[in-house]
Amino acid sequence: MTHADALHHEYVPYFADKGKYPGILGWLLATDHKRIGVLYLVSIFTFFNVAVLLGVLMRVNMIPGHPIMTAQQYNAMFTVHGIIQIFLVVIPAVPTIFGNFFLPILIGGRDMIFPRLNLFTFYLYLLGATLAIVSVFFGGGAVDTGWTFYVPFSLKTTVNVPLAVFAVFILGMSSILTGINIVTTVHQLRAPGMGFFKMPLSVWGFYATAWVQILATPIIGITMLLVVVERLFGIGVFDPTKGGDPLLYQHLFWIYSHPAVYIMILPAMGVISDIFPVFSRKNIYGYKMIAFSSIAIASVGSLVWGHHMYVSGQSDTAGIIFSLITFLVAVPSAIKVFNWLATMYKGSIQIEPPFLYALSFIFLFSIGGLTGLMLGALSPDVQLHNTYFVVGHFHYVVFGGMGFGLFAAFHYWLPKMTGRMYSKKLAIIAWAILFVGFNIFYFPMLILGWQGMPRRFYNYLPQYTDLQQLTTMGSFIMVAGLVFMMAVLVWSVFKGAKAPSNPWGGKTLEWTLPSPPETEDFEETPIITRGPYDFNVKEQSA
Amino acid sequence: MSQHETSGEGGRVGIWLFISTEILLFGGLFLLYSMYRLKNPVEFHNGSLELSRIFGTINTCILITSSLTVALSIHAILRGKKRQTIAYLIGTIGLAFCFLIVKAFEWTEKFHHGLYPNAKVLSSKAHGEILYFGLYYMMTGLHAVHVIVGICVLSVMLSWVIRNKLTSNNPAYLQNAGLYWHLVDLIWIFLFPLFYLIT
Repeated sequence: MTHADALHHEYVPYFADKGKYPGILGWLLATDHKRIGVLYLVSIFTFFNVAVLLGVLMRVNMIPGHPIMTAQQYNAMFTVHGIIQIFLVVIPAVPTIFGNFFLPILIGGRDMIFPRLNLFTFYLYLLGATLAIVSVFFGGGAVDTGWTFYVPFSLKTTVNVPLAVFAVFILGMSSILTGINIVTTVHQLRAPGMGFFKMPLSVWGFYATAWVQILATPIIGITMLLVVVERLFGIGVFDPTKGGDPLLYQHLFWIYSHPAVYIMILPAMGVISDIFPVFSRKNIYGYKMIAFSSIAIASVGSLVWGHHMYVSGQSDTAGIIFSLITFLVAVPSAIKVFNWLATMYKGSIQIEPPFLYALSFIFLFSIGGLTGLMLGALSPDVQLHNTYFVVGHFHYVVFGGMGFGLFAAFHYWLPKMTGRMYSKKLAIIAWAILFVGFNIFYFPMLILGWQGMPRRFYNYLPQYTDLQQLTTMGSFIMVAGLVFMMAVLVWSVFKGAKAPSNPWGGKTLEWTLPSPPETEDFEETPIITRGPYDFNVKEQSA
Repeated sequence: MSQHETSGEGGRVGIWLFISTEILLFGGLFLLYSMYRLKNPVEFHNGSLELSRIFGTINTCILITSSLTVALSIHAILRGKKRQTIAYLIGTIGLAFCFLIVKAFEWTEKFHHGLYPNAKVLSSKAHGEILYFGLYYMMTGLHAVHVIVGICVLSVMLSWVIRNKLTSNNPAYLQNAGLYWHLVDLIWIFLFPLFYLIT
């Protein structure tokens, strides 16, 4: 089906459709997967900006001679920064924004299978976010435990732990229901001919992620509930003065929170797997291996949580086993990286903004992954645990990996969502500033950590001054890049040139629809006869 | 809007996935229970002696019967027998309330004996017993919350059946609610031996 065929009736973009409810209610009560995706987009980017601001404030505090906050304020700062980024931004971002907007289109479905449940998850998300924000200002003040809420400190501290922890519980429910919606949609709503191995790899990413959301999130749910009950009634299960074992808390916490890293990274990897073939004009190399490696990462990655606890007092045997499995996860991750590289080989490379983000994803994620192996090895971890090295490592993985994957997805799909094209030249300049700033920001952290600079301290010894200054400078450059990037994208939404239906020459289903799509995505259900990356088949472009 | 087109199939997949998340939610507690039991076998034994097996057995019978009545209500609606469906649903909800009442008596009795978190009596006991009762209140409490949610869900079903919104044409909603109720029953089937029977 081409664009022209879809124009029999009057064309109305999904955001201009006069649905059941007028005006703003049409958004707030929307069950259309695209509108819900946009709702998530706006909320998540709002929270992202807040958390970035907190991060910058922490860096400003590190400028010698000008502390702008007390130790307690600094504790609250890194805790709230972590809670927002992890639970409100990084975990939900790709599945809720792009999963909602594009998953049904990519498989030729009509919507998510449970549209009202979908809207409900958005409100659960907002409720969780609101509770988290309220906990900062009321009842003892902002949480100072770090985003991990480790007991026994989180049981003793006077700040508003119960509310913050309950907020995480609610956000977990939202995440679980999103996962159920995605898995069921993929199983039930694929278009005729859309076999599992004809699905775009981004769908495999969403699908594998959704399973982790379903299977891992309940564990953090119960753990957070236990902390609430422990705080309110003192049942004793985590309280060492009553026989409770704090180590069990750490187990339960990381049984979820390590797989959560894969909830963050897998959908981003999926999007990257869609982007490489398009900008190499070549079929993806090793489709099935990439698809299976998503499942492998999801399943093996669920068994490595103990590597967060090498120095917490778990047994050496447990440490050795967890370390071994941790190394095994590197295999499917590396399979993906090599397959992306092989896809580019002899391809016809198009240097466009989404592709630059995808390339830098590989670079940054590799640094994050390799430093992860250093931490996953038992003896180096004794030295590196709780240092800036860990901070540098997970920012390379989460921000350099998932974050750049998210930005890649934005530059790839935003023209489809808004119907407007951004300035590619400015977008590339913004990417360059962001990329350079990112590395000046986080690479010195790896060195600082190696030299022994502990994380979560609001001050430092004089020998760390030079590198601290460098990383602060990097943070300013990076934020400048971020602001520039967002400005370019936001400007395009209002003033950009009209985007064609297929600006990048992609072969997946979303590019067969007009930009932006209509409320009813497909006028008639598409019948799938070819793979998602068939660049060998010559077709007329729309 | 497209909710109406949703075949029962999609809903069934969804509810099974949801049920597995509920099992995992309790799974975290079962994990804690097994670890603490392993560490404190004697104290857990002493703790379980404090519980009333009579209350526990009555409640087990109540819940198993309620699972039967909810299954019968599904059986009835599939055959289009509205009055029977209503009767069985009311029976199920009634049994659920009975369960909660027995539970309330049981908890109150424990409270009178000073067996609750931070009470003097319990605090003077061994760590293992404090943990036993901590888990007892947490697990049976969370289960009771699920019973309450189940009552709400079944009441909505009941009102739909009465207003003919739920008939033999769309039994999927009731079937899914029934599955949820069976889950609530099943969790209790595990809680009962863990707390009351194993000594």
